[in-house]
Amino acid sequence: MSFINYASREINCKIVYYGPGLCGKTTNLQFIYTKTANEAKGKMISLATETERTLFFDFLPLALGEIRGFKTRFHLYTVPGQVFYDASRKLILKGVDGVVFVADSQEERFDANIESLENLKDNLEEQGFDIEKIPFVIQYNKRDLPNCSSVEELSDLLNPRRVPELEACATTGEGIFETLKAIAKLVLTDLNKGA
Amino acid sequence: MLDPQSSLVMYDEEYQRILVLLEKLLRESNTKVIFLVDKNGQLIAATGETANLDTTSLASLTAGNIAATGGLAKLIGEKEFSILFHEGEKDNIHISIIGGRVILVVIFDQRSSLGLVRLRVKKATNDLAVVFEEMARKTAEETASAGSATSPFAEITDDDIDNLFN
Ligand SMILES: Nc1nc2c(ncn2[C@@H]2O[C@H](COP(=O)(O)OP(=O)(O)OP(=O)(O)O)[C@@H](O)[C@H]2O)c(=O)[nH]1
Ligand SMILES: [Mg+2]
Repeated sequence: MSFINYASREINCKIVYYGPGLCGKTTNLQFIYTKTANEAKGKMISLATETERTLFFDFLPLALGEIRGFKTRFHLYTVPGQVFYDASRKLILKGVDGVVFVADSQEERFDANIESLENLKDNLEEQGFDIEKIPFVIQYNKRDLPNCSSVEELSDLLNPRRVPELEACATTGEGIFETLKAIAKLVLTDLNKGA
Repeated sequence: MLDPQSSLVMYDEEYQRILVLLEKLLRESNTKVIFLVDKNGQLIAATGETANLDTTSLASLTAGNIAATGGLAKLIGEKEFSILFHEGEKDNIHISIIGGRVILVVIFDQRSSLGLVRLRVKKATNDLAVVFEEMARKTAEETASAGSATSPFAEITDDDIDNLFN
């Protein structure tokens, strides 16, 4: 949950990137890291296997500008997407303020997306969150690949709630900051509703 | 008990009280660095030789560490492991949980000892818990009485968000 520090006039929020294995969660954070000015970012930490698969989490702290005199800090995390790391995924979701679901647009990952979204719903519920209420956006990643499902098809399947949805290519960075802005806005707006 | 689901709100008054307690602990336990982290990995306060430390990373990894060992504890039927200790060649880390939600991290070298750290941490934990209880009560009261009116983030616009990223 968010941490509002009136002493230093800072607000901290936790955003988690969720999605099936190899959908591009880590690549999202890497792109944000490379394109963010040094003074606005901390070190990116990746707890990964030797083959670059996320083992526990990636972590990227961002210190962005001010809103109403408060410095805004976002802590971005990714979960490990591989099915058998479910225990770790649950831990990363603790205290989350907003979720980005990164879907892999490739046709052969259709079922993997559905399975991961179901898993997200279960794990959020276990932490006492409702996927219908938590700030939530969906990113359709890997739009550059030839074997993609159409956005309509993906949207019908993954986004019945019609939350903000964005097309992206994490390797070139297309749609990456748009996704981050969309979730940032929902998270900050949600703070109004009171803790 | 602090509600882990609600926002943590800290005002200057509590921050100063926390700092005083941490500085006292630092002195009395003869340690190098002490910091407090929210269970979600957000740094609350730090004192001691923090100049060359990446406290943001430390905070996140500490929270990850507590989360992982908490998961292990549940698997064997424990509620949580309330104290973790990592021993290095020169520096050691002592990690403990306060009031279920806040993590106290103490870094020390041969100028102190595990026994001394344990003793002083125990005392400080009680004092800090009182401050956090009050913080939680204050937050709950304000949310109940004023509701959304207290939020500095009412009516955020797209321009506000764009400005954040410029
Ligand atoms: N063509 C293409 N490849 C992508 C895109 N996004 C990510 N990739 C590639 O997909 C692979 C996996 O990306 P990661 O970011 O490591 O995936 P992940 O979701 O973090 O995977 P886990 O850590 O296992 O959950 C890498 O080789 C990326 O370069 C994209 O938009 N287009
Ligand atoms: Mg990854």
